Parts: sequence; C-alpha cells; structure tokens
Amino acid sequence: MTSYPDWWKLLFGRFTLEAIPYHEPILIATFAAVALGGLVLVALITRFKLWGYLWHDWFTSVDHKKIGIMYMILGVIMLLRGFADALMMRGQQAIAFAGNEGYLPPHHYDQIFTAHGVIMIFFVAMPFVTGLMNYVVPLQIGARDVAFPFLNNFSFWMTVGGAVLIMASLFIGEFAKVGWLAYPPLSGAAYSPGVGMDYYLWGLQIAGIGTTLSGVNLIATIVKMRAPGMDLMKMPVFTWTSLCTNVLIVATFPILAATLALLTLDRYVGTNFFTNDLGGNPMMYVNLIWIWGHPEVYILILPIFGVYSEVASTFCGKRLFGYASMVYATVVITILSYLVWLHHFFTMGSGASVNSFFGITTMIISIPTGAKIFNWLFTMYRGRIRFELPMMWLLAFMITFVIGGMTGVMLAVPPADFVLHNSLFLIAHFHNVIIGGVVFGVFAGIAYWFPKAFGFRLDPFWGHLSFWFWVIGFYVAFMPLYILGLMGVTRRLSRFEDPSLQIWFVIAAFGAVLIALGILCFLIQIGVSILRREQLRDTTGDPWDGRTLEWSTSSPPPAYNFAFTPIAHDLDAWADMKKRGYQRPLTGYRPIHMPRNTGAGLIIAGLATICGFALIWYIWWLAALAFVSVIAAVIIHTFNYDRDFHIPAEEVVQAEDARTQLLGRA
Amino acid sequence: MSQNHAEAHGHDHHDGHDSHGASHGSPRGYVTGFLLSVVLTGIPFWLVMNDVLGNSTLTAIVIMLFAATQIVVHMVYFLHMNGRSEGGWTMMALIFTIIIVAIALAGSLWVMFHLNANMMPDLHKM
Amino acid sequence: MMAKATAQAAGTAPAFYVTEEEHAHPGGSTMLGFWLYLMSDCLVFAVLFAIYGVLGRNYAAGPSGADLFDLRLVAVNTAMLLFSSITYGFAMLAMDKGRQAAMQGWLVVTALFGLAFLGIELYEFAHLIHEGATPMRSAFLSSFFVLVGTHGLHVTFGLIWLTVLMVQVSRRGLIPANRRRLMCLSMFWHFLDVVWIGVFTFVYLMGVLK
Repeated sequence: MTSYPDWWKLLFGRFTLEAIPYHEPILIATFAAVALGGLVLVALITRFKLWGYLWHDWFTSVDHKKIGIMYMILGVIMLLRGFADALMMRGQQAIAFAGNEGYLPPHHYDQIFTAHGVIMIFFVAMPFVTGLMNYVVPLQIGARDVAFPFLNNFSFWMTVGGAVLIMASLFIGEFAKVGWLAYPPLSGAAYSPGVGMDYYLWGLQIAGIGTTLSGVNLIATIVKMRAPGMDLMKMPVFTWTSLCTNVLIVATFPILAATLALLTLDRYVGTNFFTNDLGGNPMMYVNLIWIWGHPEVYILILPIFGVYSEVASTFCGKRLFGYASMVYATVVITILSYLVWLHHFFTMGSGASVNSFFGITTMIISIPTGAKIFNWLFTMYRGRIRFELPMMWLLAFMITFVIGGMTGVMLAVPPADFVLHNSLFLIAHFHNVIIGGVVFGVFAGIAYWFPKAFGFRLDPFWGHLSFWFWVIGFYVAFMPLYILGLMGVTRRLSRFEDPSLQIWFVIAAFGAVLIALGILCFLIQIGVSILRREQLRDTTGDPWDGRTLEWSTSSPPPAYNFAFTPIAHDLDAWADMKKRGYQRPLTGYRPIHMPRNTGAGLIIAGLATICGFALIWYIWWLAALAFVSVIAAVIIHTFNYDRDFHIPAEEVVQAEDARTQLLGRA
Repeated sequence: MSQNHAEAHGHDHHDGHDSHGASHGSPRGYVTGFLLSVVLTGIPFWLVMNDVLGNSTLTAIVIMLFAATQIVVHMVYFLHMNGRSEGGWTMMALIFTIIIVAIALAGSLWVMFHLNANMMPDLHKM
Repeated sequence: MMAKATAQAAGTAPAFYVTEEEHAHPGGSTMLGFWLYLMSDCLVFAVLFAIYGVLGRNYAAGPSGADLFDLRLVAVNTAMLLFSSITYGFAMLAMDKGRQAAMQGWLVVTALFGLAFLGIELYEFAHLIHEGATPMRSAFLSSFFVLVGTHGLHVTFGLIWLTVLMVQVSRRGLIPANRRRLMCLSMFWHFLDVVWIGVFTFVYLMGVLK
C-alpha cells in the first residue's frame, strides 16, 4: 500500500495491483478458463452477428417469458460456480486429516464456503424460483405480461448486477470469509477490513432491490391481471404459492436491505449498531437477519410446492386432492414463517421462555407442510400416474423432504439444538430440505415447462440419468453429514484431527462427485435435446395433457401469450375447456396492446453495479458519479411516455394461422 | 407506466379516476384530517414539554395512544384508506404489514430484552 | 363452486374466450403496486424502529435524548410536515378539478414546506454533531441518526420527485399518466407523515422522558 501515491488512491481508491490474485494458482487457472470461455463466446456471437439479436430480443426485452428464461440461465451459470465451490470444500475436507493441510489455505477455504452459501441461495435458488414464477404465472392466469413489464426487466438486471459483483470478487480482490449470513462482529470493520465483506454487502443489496421489486410486480400481476372468471379459489396452486412467496418477498427483503445497510454503515461510517463497544449489539444483527432469513426459506420452497402440485395433478390425470386445504396451508405457512426465526439461534441465550415459544411455533409450522405431503399422496392415490421425469422428481422429493422435515423438527427442540447447533447435522438438514425440496422441484419445473418455453421436450434418457445421479448423489453426500453431526463435528472446518472421521468425509466427497455427474447430465440433456429437437417437437402446445391455462396456448407461446383472453370456469381451467369441448376462435383477431422493449433497465442496473463496485473499492468519485447517473437515468426514463405499441392484427392472424395448421397436423 | 393508449382515449374516459376507484378526498376531509392531526400532535408535545402528568410511564402510554390515533387519522383522511379501494387489497396489504411490523418490533424487543437479562445481568444498566 | 354448478347445469358450453374488444388499462395496477412498495418501505422503517427500541438507551456514557433534543425545534419541524401534507392535499383537489396552475402553485408551497423541514433537520444534525453527539458516539446516536436520517432521505427523494413531476406536468399537462404519478407521490408524501408520527413520538417525545 505504501508504495502507491496519493493520485493513485484518489483514482483507484484502495484498489492495488496486489488485489489481483496472480499468486493463487487455482484462481489463475479459473480465470484463464473463464476468460478463454468468455472470449470464445464473444467471438462466436460476433461471428454469427448475434449481438443485435441478443440486445433487441433478449437484453432489452420486457416479455416476461424471455425474462423468465434469462433468470433460469443465470441460475444455471451460478449453479456451476456454486457447485464448484461445493466440490472444492468436499475435496478439502476429505483429505485434510491428521496433519495433512489439504490444498486450500484457510483464508481461501473460508471464502469458498461463504461464496457457496451466498451464491446458492441468492443467485441460484432465487433466480430459479423467480424465473419459474416469471415465466409461468402470467400464462397460468391468462395474462399477456406482468403488471410492470419494464420493472421486470430492471429487476432481472439488478439480480445480474449482484451476481456480477460476487463473481468479480473471484478475480479482483477477495470475497467475504464470514459465512453466508456474515454475523458481526466478525463481519465488522475490525475483523474483516478487506473488500470481501463489501462485495458481499453491495452484491446482496443490489440484487435484493431487484428481488423486492419483482415481488411487488408479481403480486400486482396476480391480483389485477387474472383472466375473467378466475377468482381466488380458482387460481392454479402454483399461482397461489407464487402469490404467497411474493408477499413474503415484499415483506422480508426490506428487512434484509435495512439490516445490511446498518452493517454497511458500521463498516463505512463507524456507527455502532453491531459493534462490541459503545452500546452496539451484534446479537441484534443475528436477530434481524433471521427475521428475514426464515421467511426466505419459505420464499424458496413455497413456489416449489406449487410446482409439485401442478406436476402431481397433471401426471396423475386428476384434480389436486384437497385444493382448498393446500391453499390454506400455504397461507398459514406464510404467516407462521414470521414466528419461528429464533430457532436459528436458540443457543444465543434468550432463555427458556423465548426458546420454548419459538420451538413450539417451529413444530407447529411443520403441520401445514405435512398436510401438503398427504395432499400429494392422495392425489396419486387411484390416479393414472405417468412416470415422466417431473413425476419422478416429485417422488424423490416426497421421500427426501420428509426425512429433512423430521430432522428439522428434531432441531426445533431447543435442548436438542444446543447439541446440534452449527454441527454438520444442521448442514445435512438444510441441504436435505433445500436440495430435496427446492432443487428437485426446480428440475421438475424445468422438465415440466421446458416444452412450453421452447416447443420441444427434454431428452428423457439424459434426464433420467441426471435424476438418478442427483438423487443417489444427494443421499451419499449428506447422510454421512448427519452421522458426523451427531458425533459433534461442527460446520466450516477446513481440517480435522481425528482420522476415524475421514471415511465419512470421503463418502460425502464421492456423493458430491455423483451430484456433479448429475449436473453434467443435465447440461448434456439440454444439448442433446436441442440437437434432437425435431424428434422431441411438440406441436400441440399441450404435451403432458395439462390442466392449467399455460397449456392452452402454443409452445412456445406468441409474444402476446393469448390471442383471445381465456375465461376460467373451473379450478383446472384448461382441463375444463378440453372436457367441455372448447372452440378455439379462428377469426376476429384484433391488434394487441403490448409494452415496448427498452434498454433503460439494463442501463440503470449497470450503473448501480458500477456504483457498488466503486463503493467496494472506495473509489469515491466513481461512486458519486455512478449514483448521480442512476438518479439521472431514472428521471430521464420517466420522461419517456411512449412505452407501448400494438401488435398489428395481421401479425396475430399469421401467428394464429400457423398454429391452426400445426394443430391440424397433430 | 404506459402512456400512448390512455392519451388516445382522451381525458373524458379516465377523468381523474384511473380505473382504481379510490377517492381523493374532499376539502372538508383534508381540513378535518389536518385539524385532528394538529390536535393529536399538539397534546403529546404539550404533555411532554410541560410534564403535565408527572409520571413518565403514564405519559409514554398516553402519547403512544395519541400516536396510534393520529396514524389512523392520517390513513383515513390523507391516504384515503378504506376497505373498498383496489377490491380491498390495499387494506389487506396494510393489515398484513401491520401484523408483520408488530411481530418484528415486539419480537425483537422481547428476544433482545431476555438476551440482555440472561447474558449480561450486571451490565444491563449500562 | 356454486357458479360453476349453475354454468354446467345450463348445458350449453359457456364462452371460453373473451372475443369482444378488450380495453387495456394502462397503469391500472400502478396504485396497488406503489402501495405494495410503500408497505415494503414500512418494513425498512420497522427495522430502524426495532433497532432504536433495542439500542436507543445504550448511551455508552454519552449524551441521552433528554440532554440533546430540543422539543420546540421538533414541534416546528412537525408543523412543517403537517402543513406540507395539507398543501399537497389541496394540490390533489386542484388536480381533480383540472386546475393545473392552482395545482402547481400548491405543489410549490408543498416543496417549500418540505425544504423547510429538511433545513431544520439538517440544522439539528449539524448542531448535534458540533456538540460531539455524532452517529459514531454511541449506539443510541447511531440509531437516532439513521432512523431520522432515513426519513429525511425519503423526504429528499420526495422533493426531487416533486420537482420532476412539476416539470412533467408543465410539459404535458394533467394527462392520466401524470395524474397517476401525482397520486403515487401523494401516497408517498402522506406515508412519510405517518412515519414521522412514529419518529416524533418514539424518538423525540419518549426520548426526553426520564
């Protein structure tokens, strides 16, 4: 630092050339691979002149379907990063025994487990869930887009901005070394002086704004834009769970934002919210972050419960058992999820009265969740089950999630939690519910709605292979962690003394490799499906004999989704239409009013990301400039009143006639 | 958000009520709300500044009641809250938010009070 | 469920598509969406109030609210905000009657009251910092400055927004989009009032109570 002159600090803040980790071979190799891959990608896009296409048809698109697909792509990319972290941790823990240091020094290992958690929750699970909701909800309710299409695009790019910052930390500086929720005082300025924590704070802050706005957007969409006849108790279950999820998002992400902002102030300004001295209280951070954190896990799982419900009723060929109870269970979970947060820190010392209250509420919340399992079971009972891939994921989920749920109830008992707190038992538990619940459900959702989005099915062979690798891999990777946790091994350790534990870590590492193969098979599945798309083509728009409105339009749906807005008469509106002999109108098309694409969302989010980057590195001039630019860009955007257009009737006629021909051929 | 179309329709179509059905109140409503809030602000200030009640716990409870009343007054007269606008969804959102705010506030205070009492009994009065 | 039964009983297949012309309602969701945003903002303030509630008596041997707060100043400040609220209300009434000039006039008055509020608040902050009661001094002062400051920041953005809207109204008139924006700002402005009620009660008034 001393060798850098003042003008350098003025221009580049605390950025120095030492911040580039060229002394870390792992990072350099990664960087080389990423840079090479990026260059090849850029070259290919340029070679095939795709920049204009990408910009006009995707990046600036306000079409909820394209934004949904972009969220899914973001999720897959970040899954690869997050899983690479997982493999590195498993590898380190499998070898670092009895004097062997392993291959990851502690400061690197600590960054990896932090990055793994942050990425998997915020940039894998959240984009996947948001992507599914974005794509499916407007189609399911018979709408042509979301309530605020521009905001949707902006939200997406803010999420990307957060992801970019997190990824940038890999090659410029470092990432946080504090665990995924960054408890102070460890995460405070005194113990984490580097840029890692600031990457964490600004990355999450920027992505969080996007998430909150997308929550507002989807609530307004579901409330205001349902097809005629679709009253609340005729909404598809996925739409219901999405509604509850977005309510949770709007009512919790501000808490995260405020809490992180306070920690940011502690670090940047020197306030005393979560410090050890001058009256600050680090425990208050733990309290606040979990008021967000617990509803967050329901934000992830609720829409996935919706996916499973859709899958169950479609592939069992009957109405979902206990629709009303499913809805009520979801609503109850939405409220109850705010009453359990303290079970994440029973050991903090609030005493018996507080702990018993939160222990009991935690056990209570498992009741509506359990009711759902029975609903799916009874949907299958005497159903005509088709064991397509989404259905297989549902079955794997039901078994796995019940195990995870039961270990969760064990952890809900405060005295038991005093033993198991922060042990690998806990790690096994939440991976059990997040992988066995959320991830399996995301794959079920991808397999289920992929034909809707692209007009062809996913290749079943590679899908099954991926399925079995994932499911078996999950059990091999995480059952040993339950055992280790019961033996008292705590989380986040990079090396061990007791060699008798090693075998379990080796097994777990093998399980992680199996899951890696599962991910590989998934990617191959996508590739193979694209190559074989003509054999896998679906011309009907309804490949699974679906029951909800998204299956009533073509695959992929036209930009306007529905030439004529459907009218819902029944809970399973599309099944009802098929049963009662609907007639698809073939004439009388009108111009359709649609929102216009705009680059404003990308530009504003890009400026916000630059602002975040500048703040991380203390480049104050750039931060101020970027912040003022954000405000200016927003204001300029509000002066644009020309935000929509009409798709001419002739275009609608063309698209619909093409569909009529396809349907005739089928 | 979107403009073109609405302009084409002209003002007569929308005329003040942007298809959301909320009222903007009347001069009488605003003045009533204003006078009420002046009174509801004035009394707590008077109570505290002149130490009228002579008991800080009682004063605290009384001014909190005034605050709650004034919030309701603002909601009704300035924000025009009622159970009908947007099909009751704004009211529903408000009630839900109040519940969550109450849980977060009361819960945090309760949890942190017990924590302080248990973990640093001597330092409690710092 | 009942409605469905009757539809089926009728025997004829009901209409499954809206075939007549549909009226798009541009911005029909804006008011609800903005209200939802305000609710999310409520949660931000809830966190700041919770922080103040938990840390607000941790003076760290520094000054307390009773030592620092000048209630007369706060009373004046509160009056500014209340006046700005009713003048904004008058602006909305003028808007309803389509009287653009009157509305702009009331908005200017609102902005002036808002500026006065901010000015007084900045004066208060500067005074406190000058006395050594900085946000860094104690957890109480940290939470005080951040809670009151966040409210002030909202007022600042409200003023920027107000200015932008006045320009937009003068350029395009009271078109539906501008009316909608004015109504959103109205909700925002009155929402800040509601938060301020919490601030002056919990922070200032209860802060000086022993």
